[in-house]
Amino acid sequence: MLHIKCPHCGMRSQNEFSYGGDASVKRPELGKETSDEEWNNFVYNRKSLRGKHWELWQHLSGCRQWIKVERDTATHEIFNTLKANEEIS
Amino acid sequence: MSQNFRLENIGLINRNKKLSFKFNGKDYFGYEGDTLASALIANGVHLVGRSFKYHRPRGFFGAGVDEPYAIVQLYRNGETEPNIKATEQELFEGLEAKSVNCWPSVNFDVGAINNFLKIFLPAGFYYKTFMWPKSFWYKIYEPFIRKAAGLGVASIEHDKERYEHKYEYCDLLIAGSGPSGLASAYAAAKNGARVILAEDKSRFGGTLLTSEVNIGNKSGKEWAEGIISELKEMPNVTVKNRSQVFGYYDHNMLVMSERISDHLPETKKFHPKQRLWYIRAKEVLISSGSIERPIVFGNNDTPGVILSSAAKEYLKVYGVLVGKNPLIFTNNDSGYETAIEFKKNGVETIILDTRKNPQSEIIDEAKNLGINIKFSYVVVAAQGYKKVRSADIAKISDNKEELGVIENIKCDCICVSGYWTPTIHLASQSGNKTKFNEDIDAFVPGISKQNEKTLGAANGIYTLNETLKSSFETGHELAKKITNNDNKISFPNVVEKKSTVHDKFWCVPLPKGKNYKRFLDFQNDVAVSDIEIALKEGYRSIEHVKRYTTLGMATDQGKTSNLNGLQLVSKIENKVVPNVGHTTFRPPYTPVSIGAIVGREIGKHSKPTRKSPMHSWHEKNNAVFVDAGVWLRPRYYKQGDENLFEASKREAKNVRANVGVCDVTTLGKIDIKGPDAAELLNRVYTNAWLKLPIGKARYGVMLREDGIVMDDGTTTRISENHYHMTTTTAQAANVLSHLEYYLQLVWPELNVNVVSTTEQWAGAAIAGPKSRDLLQKLFPNSDVSKEGLPFMGYMEADLFGVKARIFRISFSGELAYEVNVESDNGNFMWEKIIEAGQEFEIQPYGTEALSTLRIEMGHVAGSELDGRTIPYDNSLEGLLSKKKDFIGKRSLIREAFTAEDRQKVVGVVPLDKKTSIPEGSHLVKDSNAPLPNPKLGYISASCWSVEHNNPFSLAILKDGKNMIGEKLFVMSPLKNKIIPVEIVSSHYVDPKGERVRS
Ligand SMILES: [Zn+2]
Repeated sequence: MLHIKCPHCGMRSQNEFSYGGDASVKRPELGKETSDEEWNNFVYNRKSLRGKHWELWQHLSGCRQWIKVERDTATHEIFNTLKANEEIS
Repeated sequence: MSQNFRLENIGLINRNKKLSFKFNGKDYFGYEGDTLASALIANGVHLVGRSFKYHRPRGFFGAGVDEPYAIVQLYRNGETEPNIKATEQELFEGLEAKSVNCWPSVNFDVGAINNFLKIFLPAGFYYKTFMWPKSFWYKIYEPFIRKAAGLGVASIEHDKERYEHKYEYCDLLIAGSGPSGLASAYAAAKNGARVILAEDKSRFGGTLLTSEVNIGNKSGKEWAEGIISELKEMPNVTVKNRSQVFGYYDHNMLVMSERISDHLPETKKFHPKQRLWYIRAKEVLISSGSIERPIVFGNNDTPGVILSSAAKEYLKVYGVLVGKNPLIFTNNDSGYETAIEFKKNGVETIILDTRKNPQSEIIDEAKNLGINIKFSYVVVAAQGYKKVRSADIAKISDNKEELGVIENIKCDCICVSGYWTPTIHLASQSGNKTKFNEDIDAFVPGISKQNEKTLGAANGIYTLNETLKSSFETGHELAKKITNNDNKISFPNVVEKKSTVHDKFWCVPLPKGKNYKRFLDFQNDVAVSDIEIALKEGYRSIEHVKRYTTLGMATDQGKTSNLNGLQLVSKIENKVVPNVGHTTFRPPYTPVSIGAIVGREIGKHSKPTRKSPMHSWHEKNNAVFVDAGVWLRPRYYKQGDENLFEASKREAKNVRANVGVCDVTTLGKIDIKGPDAAELLNRVYTNAWLKLPIGKARYGVMLREDGIVMDDGTTTRISENHYHMTTTTAQAANVLSHLEYYLQLVWPELNVNVVSTTEQWAGAAIAGPKSRDLLQKLFPNSDVSKEGLPFMGYMEADLFGVKARIFRISFSGELAYEVNVESDNGNFMWEKIIEAGQEFEIQPYGTEALSTLRIEMGHVAGSELDGRTIPYDNSLEGLLSKKKDFIGKRSLIREAFTAEDRQKVVGVVPLDKKTSIPEGSHLVKDSNAPLPNPKLGYISASCWSVEHNNPFSLAILKDGKNMIGEKLFVMSPLKNKIIPVEIVSSHYVDPKGERVRS
């Protein structure tokens, strides 16, 4: 079980969180014309990366905040966590 | 029975407490402190089971966790448990155990015929032997295998015992209380670290209990006892015996199972049987020691062939002789230690040493004691069927390939030592890259991936002095890092006898003309010849060889077999062992009971049961409940001897004719506040929300980004910046997360707050033509007239002193209202409604009638909004705004979603107007078409239409728009039904929707 540092609550066990996928995906702006390719990439296409990866988790059974977590998908090492409004550097 | 194999003056058992027990129906006794194994051996019982594949007789091979043979079925306090190791099970008064894998009995075993048919059961026998003909499998092969093979039998009774889970944090978790565990725990504890020390046996001290050493002028055992009692007194230390750390998971989380009551005749009141500990440790020290490995020789599975360290442990801990005429077969000095212990207790032994001329202090001591030692000698084969009676021995050439003349010598047990294998399971589980250590012919931990270190024998360090020194240092260093304390522990003086190098010999060659079975894996009956066949057949990867031959796959997970298997593969393949590699170690290290894994989360405790505030009223009024997500909801209210069908029909009819009331507390409710609340709704719902007036409700549908309908419900504008959203019962949690996702990550600029208020409000739906009259009575001071509270209107009102919210919304298609009050007033509200409703012939209705009402109205719900349908499919396309963008809109123009013959919800009526249509049935054009019959659609929901008095279903049907009036067939192969049907509009009742607006 992973140990995730919620930027709001501190170190918490994985079972308090739910996984939310790739954090680098940006939703196309509302009302803006998008090509099929752009839209498909947003809705469906995800890379199954091996290695460091920024992903979203929600602290569901805690503060309910969505957070960004930098995790190695192969080793599960967690390098960094950010609040939802903090930009990935 | 007398204890012929028990000695008087040695052992750690409590001879003042006799315990009686039963094995295979016979009565025996032992002492407190015995294991079932030691007590059986004391009574001269050596035959305890039959092997898995050939059903050969099985005795004892070890004295602990590594035991591959002595697996029993245990009976305790009216319950039974399979696959218990007799070497681990502590004796208690009244214990009962039986052999497993023996049918009909351990002494006469039908399966032993396999032993004579063994030519037909070679490597991969699971894959080959029983494969043909296919039709034999279910009727002949499987029942035979099930009966003749396998281990114990799982109980089908409910487990009455209680199991618990515990979460714990510590600075240092130390797995194993041998010399390295004790030294590191002591040094760390003295420096203020929070330490958990876990020992899987009942006694602390590991090898210190059996080895002849001296630490600080104390015997090993006394030193261990001193350290343990000091540790137990320290507030920063938790010391646990009978506790096995069996799994090493990510981020230094380890799981330990503590057997609290397994050693007692019955579990004490308020105590669990076992407790599973989830331990998050800053640092982990693995001090799990090593396991002696066997030397492979002919018939080496005969009862009486036993590890030499186990023989020593039975002697020194339990005062039990595994034999009175032992033969010691060794390639290193450990066998000598066992021989010396026998000698000290008056038992003569012979040592066969594979080495030519070894010299050490230990060997000298054996020589001085006058023990008979034969150098360059091996055991070629054990003789005897149910117990060793003699051994064929021979001199072996210097190159270890030629055997001399075979001699037969009498003996009643063969104590074998093929050197030591570090227990690296936990390190390997943690992700440690293990490496091969040539000096000890075994793998040891290499580079750590997590915060873990391995100490002592588990790390391949076999001298006590070095083990203690490095363990004290490591404990000290790690604690210092965490606590900044720096208390040096004075290192005790250690006296141990010096040993010399072992012989890399591990397998005795077969003598000419003999074809003895030489076993590698004792629990799964994998012999040298099986591995040879597997390799001949082209299996190369050790992982494949393992699966094909089942080497190392049984409940002992190859603790005694893995390395010899690797040695063999490397020899045949002409590779060095490290290039063969070892199979992956996975948790658990030893079997863990399912009960412990599940813990308290069983039955009703596996998920919370939510009840509405009106639950007790429903109970008092004969409600039959149904699980709705985590909620319990009344399914129907039983009158007399009505069944579900009759009761729900009555309730639904009464709603259509008079008025009914339904508990709708379970609906998800989300409170939405903030200046941008309308903007949020406008983005998540498909229709327009910016102009909803205060005091009005609106129906809305929300989509996922892929265009699939996520949920529907009504949202009401309570005041300027305050909205009350309802969701379906099932989707409540998902919708909240969905809103939070968009507010926090996608549109953080929106100034809105959302919070779940599902539990804050109790809800009652009042539906039927007389509902307005009832409402008038309930709220005499409010104007609930058609004009005062129009369809989709909202008002706040006073319910006999209680604040209430009234929504004029309808799920049943009738004139209907939903009344909400704060949860605490739910029961009050409900009773008032029932009381005031009497003159209008009110009846409560459950979820079954609720479904009937919505199905015949053509209201889509969970069974249509099933995560596969878009708004069009549910005839909700009218709710799609053309003017604004919303979540999922862009997906709706995808080709498949706009196809001319896209599926759509329709109504289905059987032509005979009688036959009920099973939900999930398929719709086809021709019921006689060859398979696979093209499927046009499926039945999503079925009911008995109370309005039309015949069965009616909703279906999602291909080209549904153009299918009205068509005749099709409903097919349900599961129910063996073919029903001719007509497709009609999904709005079977009041298609113009006049009643809701009346
Ligand atoms: Zn948090």
